[in-house]
Amino acid sequence: MKPIHWLAIVPFIGMLIGPVVHNKVHPMILGMPFPLGWIAVWVVLTSIIMGILYALDPANKGDDAGEHAP
Amino acid sequence: MIAALILIALGALAALGLGLWARGGRSMDVEQWAVGGRGFGWVFIFLLLAGEIYTTFTFLGASGFAYGVGAPVYYILAYGTLAYVISYFLLPRIWVYAKHHSLHSQPDFFTRKFDSSALGALVAVVNLIALIPYLVLQLTGLGIIVSVASYGLIPKDAAIWIGAIIVTAYIMISGIRGSAYTAVAKDILILLVVLFLGIYLPLHLYGGIGAMFQRIDAAKPGFLVFRAHGESITWFVSTVILTAFGFFMWPHSFAASYAAHEARVFRRNAVILPIYQLILLFVFFVGFAAVLQIPGLKGGATNLALFRLVVKELPPAVVGIVGAAGIFTALVPGSLIAMAAAMLLSKNLIGLARPTATNDQTVALAKWLVPVIMLIAVYFTITGNATIVTMLLVGYSFVTQLFPTVVASILPRPLVTAPAAFLSILTGVVLAAILSFTHTTIATLAPGLPQGIQDLNVGIVALAGNVIVLVVVSAFTYRMHTAEAA
Repeated sequence: MKPIHWLAIVPFIGMLIGPVVHNKVHPMILGMPFPLGWIAVWVVLTSIIMGILYALDPANKGDDAGEHAP
Repeated sequence: MIAALILIALGALAALGLGLWARGGRSMDVEQWAVGGRGFGWVFIFLLLAGEIYTTFTFLGASGFAYGVGAPVYYILAYGTLAYVISYFLLPRIWVYAKHHSLHSQPDFFTRKFDSSALGALVAVVNLIALIPYLVLQLTGLGIIVSVASYGLIPKDAAIWIGAIIVTAYIMISGIRGSAYTAVAKDILILLVVLFLGIYLPLHLYGGIGAMFQRIDAAKPGFLVFRAHGESITWFVSTVILTAFGFFMWPHSFAASYAAHEARVFRRNAVILPIYQLILLFVFFVGFAAVLQIPGLKGGATNLALFRLVVKELPPAVVGIVGAAGIFTALVPGSLIAMAAAMLLSKNLIGLARPTATNDQTVALAKWLVPVIMLIAVYFTITGNATIVTMLLVGYSFVTQLFPTVVASILPRPLVTAPAAFLSILTGVVLAAILSFTHTTIATLAPGLPQGIQDLNVGIVALAGNVIVLVVVSAFTYRMHTAEAA
C-alpha cells in the first residue's frame, strides 16, 4: 500500500456516515429523502476521489510497468 | 399489443444475432472461448463488470424492493460503489496472476495459488451451488418480463425455453465474445429505458421527484428512512460492507476480469463505474412511483411493480421496448453465469478425473456442458418455488466466504496456507448455510445484546468464523511448515 492508496478509505466513511448520523427524510437532497440523497452525492464524490487516486497513483504512469507477476 | 409482441421478438432476435456475429470468424480455442484471448479493452470489461449491476434481479428486484420496503433498497446503490473501490486494488492483482499462469476459471486461481486441486474443487462446488440459483433467477425474471410485456400472449414457460436456447446457442458458438457483444446492446437499451421511466413516471404522476417523495412520506411515514428495528441503520452498514466484499467473488465476474488486455483497465473502470451506478436511482424512482399507484402487491408479486406501472401508464410500443430491454438484462448475465459454471465443472471437477486432458479437450467438454447446465436451470425455473430467493441469498453468502482467502493470497507476502484456506472456506460456507436455512439472526442467537448489535447482518458471523479459522490454522500449519523445512 502506497500512502496515496489510503485515500480509498474516504468513500467508505463518507458513504456510510450520513445515514448513521441523520436517518430522517428532511432536509431532502435534490428532491430525495436525506439518506438516499446523501448516498447519491457520495457515489459522485467516490468517482472524483477514485479519479484523483488514479491520477496520482504511480502504477498508472507509463507502460503498465508497475505490474509484475508474483 | 401487436406492437409490443413485435418489439419483444425483435429484441430476442437481435440478442441471438449479435451473440452469433460476435465470433467474427475466429477459431474458438480455450483462450478465445473462455477469456476472449485476454484482449478486451476497457469498454468490454466495463460492460461485462457493469452487467453485474443490471441483471433482472436489479431491474425487477430493486424496483420491487423499493416498492415493497422503501428505504432498505438504498443499500444497493452504496454497496456497488464501494465494491468498485475495492476492485481498484483487487482486480489488477488477480488479472496479472491469471495472465501469468493462463487461468480460465475462478477455482483455477485457488488451485494455482495454493498448489492444491482439492482447494480448487471445493471452490468449484461452492461456485456451482451459488451459480445455479442465480441462473434460475435470471430465467424466472425473463419469464415474468416477457409474459407481462406481451400482455400475457407469450406464456412464461415458452419465454424461458426460448431465452435458454438463445443463450446456449451463442455461448457455444461465440464464447465470452457473445456475452460482450450482447452486453453493448443491453446497456444502451437499459440506459435509455431506465432514464426515461425514472424521469417520466414521477413527473407525469406526481409532478416531480421531490413532490413524489413528499407524497409518499405523508402517506406512509417512516417508509423512506431506515427502521428502528430489523432493517435498521446497523443492518444497512453491515449489509453494505458484507455485500461489497462479496461482489467480485462471484465466479462469473471474477473470471470475466481475466479477459482484460491490461491491468490498468480495472483502475480506470473503478473511476467510472460508480457514476454509472447512478442509473439505479432511476430504477428506485420507478419502484417508489408505483407505491401509491399500484397498491396491494405482496411478497413475490412486488417484483411486478415496475411492469404493472409501465403497462398501466404507457402505450404498448413502449411496453414492448421495456420488455426487450428486460430480455437483455436476463440473457447477458445468464450467459456469463452459464459459461463460468460450464468451465469450472469441466476443468476443476471433471478435470480431476482426467488429469491428462488438454486445454482443447477441456473447452470442448465445457461447450457441451452449457446445454446441460441450461437444462438443469430451466427445470428448476419451471418447477421452482419461492425457495429460489432463499437459495440466491445463500449463494451470495457462500461466495463472500472466498473473500478473506483471496485478499490474503494477493498480499506481497503469502500469509495463509492451503489447509487454512480450505478449512476456512468450508467453515464459512457451512456456517452461512446453517444460518440461512434456519433463518437465524443475531437477535435469535444472542437476545441479550443491544438492539443495534442484534440488527447486524448475520453473514458477519459466518465471515468471522471463516477469518478465525484462517488465522488460527495458518499460524499452526505455517510453523509446522517452517519446522519441517528446518
